[in-house]
Amino acid sequence: MYVAVKGGEAAIANAHRLLDHERRGDRGVADLSLAQIREQMTLLVDRVMTEGSLYDPDLAALAIKQARGDIIEAVFLVRAFRTTLPRFGYSVPADTGAMRAVRRVSAIYKDLPGGQVLGPTFDYTHRLIDFLLAAGAEPPVPDESEKVLEPMPHVTGLLDREGLIEPESAEEEGAPVSDLTREPLDFPAPRDLRLQALARGDEGFVLALGYSTQRGFGRTHPFTGEIRIGDVEIEFVPEELGFAVPLGDVVLTECEMITQFKGSASAPPQFTRGYGVAFGRGERKAMAMALVDRALRAREFGEDVQAPAQDEEFVLAHCDNLQSTGFVEHLKLPHYVDFQAELGLVRKMRAEYEARRDDALEAAE
Amino acid sequence: MTDIQKKRQSAMGVCARATAEEIAAALDRIGRPETANELRAPEAGLVMARARMGGNGAPFNVGEVSVTRAAVRLASGETGIAYQLGRDSKKARDAALLDALLQTGRAAEVEAALAPIRTRIQEDQNLKARRAAATKVDFFTMVRGED
Repeated sequence: MYVAVKGGEAAIANAHRLLDHERRGDRGVADLSLAQIREQMTLLVDRVMTEGSLYDPDLAALAIKQARGDIIEAVFLVRAFRTTLPRFGYSVPADTGAMRAVRRVSAIYKDLPGGQVLGPTFDYTHRLIDFLLAAGAEPPVPDESEKVLEPMPHVTGLLDREGLIEPESAEEEGAPVSDLTREPLDFPAPRDLRLQALARGDEGFVLALGYSTQRGFGRTHPFTGEIRIGDVEIEFVPEELGFAVPLGDVVLTECEMITQFKGSASAPPQFTRGYGVAFGRGERKAMAMALVDRALRAREFGEDVQAPAQDEEFVLAHCDNLQSTGFVEHLKLPHYVDFQAELGLVRKMRAEYEARRDDALEAAE
Repeated sequence: MTDIQKKRQSAMGVCARATAEEIAAALDRIGRPETANELRAPEAGLVMARARMGGNGAPFNVGEVSVTRAAVRLASGETGIAYQLGRDSKKARDAALLDALLQTGRAAEVEAALAPIRTRIQEDQNLKARRAAATKVDFFTMVRGED
């Protein structure tokens, strides 16, 4: 607990002024424009949008600039901003099958409808520092193919036809959808709520949990069924119109993980699913999320809940980096009164301890 | 959906993907209506975007998108509405005016003014697709030499 303190106004104002100055850096270097951040720090912008849980590249770019590039501080700014805006409603569920994908890969089928499209990827690069970039070299214009991309149906649909993968839970008409931003997290959490929490969860935390399942803490034998990245149209039905308005396109990353399942008394052996999605180009996050989604479905498949990644309370209560940082960082705020009380207590205990020790020494003599 | 609803929906899709400058130019080309009531001043807000588990299952909330909406009424009575991604209030108001005009006898002019934007958007999408298509691979498994 901390209690209010008074004073320090001038120090605080000067500290913030100093922060502004430090943020600007060397004034001999050109000021960073939001367009530069938005266009050239794309994956950082995407991550702040995903974890800030608000798709708005310009806003995320501004938050990144204001936060001096600190992701969690930028997420904090974005989340604070969203609280100032009214909620118009919920979108029509996005049709990711109709995504105009610029990347789509599958690790389970070599030849699949629509093919494997690498898109702009770090995969297969040699991870050698490119000093030409430091010299300001302009990259060549990308190649174009005159062959049009064919439609890319979800890979899991292929397994679905054989009945070898669990069918995805169907939508019940008008069934309520959990919303973390309207009602606090409650356990046991349904899958829709878990997915929402994971979608805005910290990439590092979700990545570590996903990794832990691969290393044996809640083993699930995953395969990447598919990863796709591209533009998806978002539609919204305003009450006053009564038809779906296309709001525009957002970039989404989607990952479907497939894991083997031995079967149970009631279910035949089959493949089961884990799902991940992120705003922008968030491949690592979407993959890790899909692993954790599957791990969290342990109860559903009658698996023992033994590992952290399978424990929904552990995962969901700690995956939000803003909540985590709020509680960790509050420790630096004044706890003077609290500490005085602790100090008094420790002094008293120490005196008692020393008195007991002296008594014991006397008795021994 | 009625024919006019389909037309409005399609034009709204164009306006949403257009730049503010493109929409302003389209409106200037057909002439801004002199009298239009602001039914709802441009307002920034949020829409919670939903996706489906596994791409085709039950819906869940992914995260919010910022959206600006506006509504105008022409002197002749038509109401124009805009909802689009982003926080550009002028763009939303201009799009609402175009939506209103689309419901008047000047619909053909609106369609003609939107046509070049439609083409530009389509060309951008095609270019993106052709560049992605150039990265399409055929992985092949090495023959083991057993045959």
